[in-house]
Amino acid sequence: MSWPDLAPLWLSVQLAGVTTVLLLIVGTPLAWWLATTRARMRPFIEALTAMPLVLPPTVLGFYFLILFNPNSTIGGLWRDATGETLTFSFSGLVLASALYSLPFMVQPLQTAFEAVGRGPMEAAASLRASRLDAFFSVAVPMARRGFLTGIVLSFAHTIGEFGVVLMVGGNIPGQTRVISIAIYEQVEVLDYAQAHALSAILLVFSFTVLLLVYTLNRRAPVRVG
Amino acid sequence: MDRRQFIIATMSAAAASPLRAATGSALVAVAANFAKTAERLLPEFTAETGYSITLSSGSTGQLYGQIINGAPYDAFLAADQARPALLAQAGLSLRHITYARGLLALIKTEGTAMEVSLQGDFNHLAIANPALAPFGLAAKQALQALGLWEGLRARIVMGQNVGQAYALVASGNAELGLVAQSYAQEGFWAVPEGLYAPILQDAVLLRENPAAAAFVAYLETNAAQASIRAAGYGAL
Repeated sequence: MSWPDLAPLWLSVQLAGVTTVLLLIVGTPLAWWLATTRARMRPFIEALTAMPLVLPPTVLGFYFLILFNPNSTIGGLWRDATGETLTFSFSGLVLASALYSLPFMVQPLQTAFEAVGRGPMEAAASLRASRLDAFFSVAVPMARRGFLTGIVLSFAHTIGEFGVVLMVGGNIPGQTRVISIAIYEQVEVLDYAQAHALSAILLVFSFTVLLLVYTLNRRAPVRVG
Repeated sequence: MDRRQFIIATMSAAAASPLRAATGSALVAVAANFAKTAERLLPEFTAETGYSITLSSGSTGQLYGQIINGAPYDAFLAADQARPALLAQAGLSLRHITYARGLLALIKTEGTAMEVSLQGDFNHLAIANPALAPFGLAAKQALQALGLWEGLRARIVMGQNVGQAYALVASGNAELGLVAQSYAQEGFWAVPEGLYAPILQDAVLLRENPAAAAFVAYLETNAAQASIRAAGYGAL
């Protein structure tokens, strides 16, 4: 058996990495707001955030095809700014993956932030820590389990992405030909040897990642209050 | 095949399988390029025979993979001759005919200037995956014959079948597409047939199902052939 082409795997890892960083930046303030706000619109934002959990990837893929195409507002602005289109590009996949994996970052973080509660933040404020300082030196360390879970799940979920990429990716090597697409194609052309090799790599990868999370979670219990 | 032969074929198939005859229906796998055309043939076929057909479309490679893994299709309308031949070799084919000759067309998305051509200024050209779909292979052959394949490689986006490639153009995401003429509306460019190997499309009967046998036989009738040609296929 020939050694499988690992480029799609590497592309998936890059996509998952970039997506996870983007989600950390966007998801952390969103999760903090959801955990602390008393706003009436909170359930609406929570529902919106959780939608990718229940919507089939085909629905997301369909809307991305409509929204990202160069004749649409978003797709047109992007093309004018960057010269490339959102569909069939790595950037487009990052954007699609970030939306697709959003709940996997926000929900663990929100739960962790809610567990921190108001007490420690108020204590920090009474010691004259600024709100930002209190957030980073109190809330973030206390919510580290939430961060760990959010990061790992977002990363792993993006690695496993398939339906959306199939619809808006265009199967371009090095740009959008991620591992799930490569495996799909190998199965379709009956190249079971290559499909076996890549699938086995993913199987071991997923198990290792999840094992790591569960092990770390057990070793580092979060002390609350 | 004339009508009498057609009826005999239908009846003998029905006689061969009395248990399934009661249902009077069949599940037929059809290559994406022919899906719309097959759908248009169905009302006439059902009116004439009383049988009903359920269609399931995909790329020829995908459907072939499903069939050899035991998918419950009664017949398979492929977009090439290679996969039906492989099925025949594997002893899975009960009857084997050529039902259409596919034609390749260059289409443009709405709003793309008419002067945009394959040599011109565009971002993406959509084709079906050449590894899976005969129309994708034909598109690749035509681009190679024109000496454009290497130069365009980075701008070619692939759908899993010709239907997805068409959808990428129709939704405005790719400006150009090389697809089956059966998908093209008006204002397409028929790719000269010398630029790609003829896309002869074969159908195989996979099970002794009277409805499926009748449908395969129907494809060869003059009436069906006229409809098929009108839908954007070449003469056999």
